[in-house]
Amino acid sequence: MTLIAFFVLALLLIASALVVITHRNPVTAAVALAFNLVAISGLYMVLDAQFIGLLQVIIYAGAIMVLILFVIMLLNLREEVKAHPAGTFQRILAPIASLLFAIVIGRAFWLSAPSSFPESAKDFGTAASLGKELFTRFYYPFEAISLLLIVAMIGAVLLAKRKVS
Amino acid sequence: MIDPRLVLVLSAVLLALGVVGVLTSSSAISILMCVELMLNAGNLALITFARIRGGPEAQIYVFFVMTLAAAEAAAGLAIVIALFRLRGTTDVDEINLLKW
Repeated sequence: MTLIAFFVLALLLIASALVVITHRNPVTAAVALAFNLVAISGLYMVLDAQFIGLLQVIIYAGAIMVLILFVIMLLNLREEVKAHPAGTFQRILAPIASLLFAIVIGRAFWLSAPSSFPESAKDFGTAASLGKELFTRFYYPFEAISLLLIVAMIGAVLLAKRKVS
Repeated sequence: MIDPRLVLVLSAVLLALGVVGVLTSSSAISILMCVELMLNAGNLALITFARIRGGPEAQIYVFFVMTLAAAEAAAGLAIVIALFRLRGTTDVDEINLLKW
């Protein structure tokens, strides 16, 4: 059962990622990315990490995708302009290099990872266990990341603000 | 049950697809979307490691990476808007103010 779910989700993930990187219309690419993010959340659920899976839907598929779609709407982008002639070399070389990259990393993973998951702990991936860790052992990183969010928010507002003349 | 190696290879493939997207697309927004793709591939690998090891640490890292991705998306898109206002395009080949 989980195996079927995994293969369906993996297929969805790769197909939607291909649409994201090949489609010229930014809105279609953004919707494919939303699909991709929801499929990854499904994969987290299959791997028993429910809380992270829910966060994935809320943060990525909710907040970040809305932000990206909103900016696309704001800039009124249509089809991406035709490929730059100087970039064709890069366009041919990039997939080859990335394929080699995937083979190297995939092989390293394949050789080093165990072939089956151990039995998961009872509180693995629950909001309670993660919250306890977050507010005890990882308290200072948590505060630092909240500071980072505020800085990013102020920076985004300053950057995107129209200059008052 | 699933083979963890399969999940890890899937995350490597997704990362490579994200790299292809970053290298080949010319619109800044497409590049940002491909960066999100790559961050997610990394998160997937981290969750798999968390499941192999059984502890909460790697899941906390995923939580931090998600927060970082949100900050990156907000700042990146704000830069894209500012650039669009300045140059009237989001094509990264056209934006070469700092290029020698």
